[in-house]
Amino acid sequence: MRGLTRRAALALGASGAALTLIGWSNSALAAAKETAEQIAKFTGGKEAAKSKVSIELPEIAENGNTVPLSFSVDAPMTADNYVTDVMVVAEGNPNPGVATFHFTPLSGKAEAQTRIRLATTQNIIVVAKTSKGEVFTGQKLVKVTIGGCGG
Amino acid sequence: MAEKPRLKLPKQAKKGDIIEIKTLMPHIMESGQRKDKDGKVIPRKIINKFVCEFNGKPVFSADLDPAIAANPYLQFSAKVEESGTFKFTWTEDGGAVITAEEKITVS
Repeated sequence: MRGLTRRAALALGASGAALTLIGWSNSALAAAKETAEQIAKFTGGKEAAKSKVSIELPEIAENGNTVPLSFSVDAPMTADNYVTDVMVVAEGNPNPGVATFHFTPLSGKAEAQTRIRLATTQNIIVVAKTSKGEVFTGQKLVKVTIGGCGG
Repeated sequence: MAEKPRLKLPKQAKKGDIIEIKTLMPHIMESGQRKDKDGKVIPRKIINKFVCEFNGKPVFSADLDPAIAANPYLQFSAKVEESGTFKFTWTEDGGAVITAEEKITVS
């Protein structure tokens, strides 16, 4: 350890930290890209209006293994105007897909509730398609204390 | 997949009511991300599809990914216009299927 001065050691530590930061942001970008691709596939490239979708999630999830999620889409749910599909994606999971829900006029409401796994603090995005071809979206940030992917 | 699903929905309703249905299927939902103690990845085994039908007509369904928590819980609604039977189907990776039925009287 004699050969390594205090200053050099500090510099090494700093560059190490910087490298880690770059590594992190790269993987976050990759996940964001994959998420965007998955959404584009679902909507057929159509721009989603940021309205009509409400999402309920805890602000802080202590256990990422089971996080309660509910969403509702404001829609009449009549035979000629109803929500057909709703996709839920999690930007910060190893795979962004969470679930895709399919509704019919018999559903009565475009609402569902489930429990999801979250690897880390991230945005949950919900995208809804209607029988008239409209696309709506909403998103919510969840802080996760302990990740739920068993890594 | 020998476990029995749990279902909660009303036995009776009025015509045109929107009822709430809760389902829970006991299942580990192995994500395919975990490793065993020798470092080998435990293969994915999840319920990948849930379907709810009423008198043979589709009401609600879901395609599930490994990000759904163990013992997949789903709550959704249904509009009932006539008496009949709800049929619920869960499909596991590999194709195993479990079904359940529940009757409702609509007046």
